Amino acid sequence: MAYRDEKLEEEKVFKDPVHRYVHVRDRVIWDLIGSREFQRLRRVKQLGTTYLTFHGAEHSRFNHSLGVYEIVRRILENFRDREHWNEEERLLCLCAALLHDLGHGPFSHSFEKVFKLDHEDFTQEILLGDTEVNRILTHVEEGFPKKVADVINKTYSDKLVVSLISSQIDADRMDYLQRDAYFTGVSYGHFDMERILRVMRPMEDQVVIKESGMHAVEDYIMSRYQMYWQVYFHPVTRSAEVILSKILHRAKELYQNHYEFKLKPVHFLSFFEGSPTLKEYLALDENVVMYYFQTWMDEDDPILSDLCERFVNRRLFKYIEFNPNLQMNEWRELYELFREADLNPRYYLEVDSSSDLPYDFYRPGEEGERLPIHLLQPNKELKELSRLSDIVESISGKKRTDHKLYFPADELRRMPEDSEVKQRILGILYGKEEQ
Amino acid sequence: MLENHAKLMHFFASCDEVVGRKRLQKMVYIMKKCGVNFEERYEFHFYGPYSEELTLRIEEMCNLGFISEAMEEKKNYYQYRYKLTDAGNDFLSHSDIDLPELKGYIDGMNEKSSRFLELVSTMLFFEHLPKDEIEEKIYTVKSKQNYKPEELEEAWAFIQEMRPVS
Repeated sequence: MAYRDEKLEEEKVFKDPVHRYVHVRDRVIWDLIGSREFQRLRRVKQLGTTYLTFHGAEHSRFNHSLGVYEIVRRILENFRDREHWNEEERLLCLCAALLHDLGHGPFSHSFEKVFKLDHEDFTQEILLGDTEVNRILTHVEEGFPKKVADVINKTYSDKLVVSLISSQIDADRMDYLQRDAYFTGVSYGHFDMERILRVMRPMEDQVVIKESGMHAVEDYIMSRYQMYWQVYFHPVTRSAEVILSKILHRAKELYQNHYEFKLKPVHFLSFFEGSPTLKEYLALDENVVMYYFQTWMDEDDPILSDLCERFVNRRLFKYIEFNPNLQMNEWRELYELFREADLNPRYYLEVDSSSDLPYDFYRPGEEGERLPIHLLQPNKELKELSRLSDIVESISGKKRTDHKLYFPADELRRMPEDSEVKQRILGILYGKEEQ
Repeated sequence: MLENHAKLMHFFASCDEVVGRKRLQKMVYIMKKCGVNFEERYEFHFYGPYSEELTLRIEEMCNLGFISEAMEEKKNYYQYRYKLTDAGNDFLSHSDIDLPELKGYIDGMNEKSSRFLELVSTMLFFEHLPKDEIEEKIYTVKSKQNYKPEELEEAWAFIQEMRPVS
């Protein structure tokens, strides 16, 4: 029997708190899960620094990747024998679902910003390079790794296949919303996925939803909206993210200025120099990063040491609401005052904006901008979701941007009471008195 | 503060207005691929390269009053017009971003259809491939648009003209 068709003698199952069980019967999927590149995902948290706000959020990209695979597996059971669905694409879909996050690094959002990297590039490299994953996929068929890479890159010729993994209502989002809600413990994020899976229909180049399933989709859209504000963009998590970015910037700056680290940061050197190889990239997981942060707490550089101590011991920055247009002059004044107070404003003052953590709210958008969710009407016509749903239409037009100013309130408190600089800083941040 | 927003304001300051979100997405992407230091992250979507980060940043600038957005209802969809406001100009005058002169390039793109910009941006998305593979990719991922060989030729020439921007 060809490797691509090989089945395990007995079905394997992973107990899963979100989907109850993840079922594996294909030999290829089982082998991919066992590969070292996939196992590495156990050491990358799904929600980065969110565990500092919601202590349960310690789940990994490994959990999520299995979840996305399981959802796609269930969708495809429903698609079997339906018009527009080509059953020969089944294994490709399952592999792409399982491997879609393979290139994520430690705390990937901040890492990518600071070191100008893109996890999608590393996903492609893992799929196409000298890796265990590549050898397994090549065993299926010579060009199979490229096909999986194209699906994940969203450039595969069959757009229906792409839309299962990546669209406005895809397996990726359906898993992470439920999983992140479960592990953070919030009551948002829940929706009737079983119902959505039942009303999904394959079309020529996209997945659509039968109109009768509109209310289940409304719930899904609402949960995306609420999870964003309650979990993903939580201001305390953003504070941890600000400090994390500052640590990476500081360490890089010190390295560029030939600072002598007490412990040579060998795992970071290629990142500081801007071109980690795949091997170097894969060697830096979150356990390694946290080891360095602990070590850097004892560094002589007071900024690096302080920022690491803050991150490790959760001594985060405080924040206030901030309007960069109306408070432009206050920003300039604060910047100077922080200098006078001997607090380097490049590391201790930051405006964080919602666009720093892009999260795709549902937007019907302009024609040709991006593909919206389409409802399949009884007469077989397609209609964009917000044209039929008042709920979706109402949240599609809501103001969704936010800016906050982060600063170390504890340092300001420690300044002498009679310090004029302190009084001026507190005056700008809190009005007349500290709150 | 807001350096990436300021770069986009510089973009808007270099033209009268931009009509259409799709056009805006593709114009920023083309400039980025031609070496202008825009930092918005793009992914390939149904209609070619698309940046959620850019969408959100534009929304923020509108909410802050730095950019004006006018919505027009078309037959089956809405279309949006964007312009830099006085507040945006003021903010830009206080920022110290370092970007090249963009006006000529933006005017050049504004003269083209968004269909053409979609083609150019998609070709640039695959620029790491050899020329014949790029063209093959266009016919695969953009099969519905039915681009003609002469359109591809025009797009190659356009990319050559744009390259000196960096």
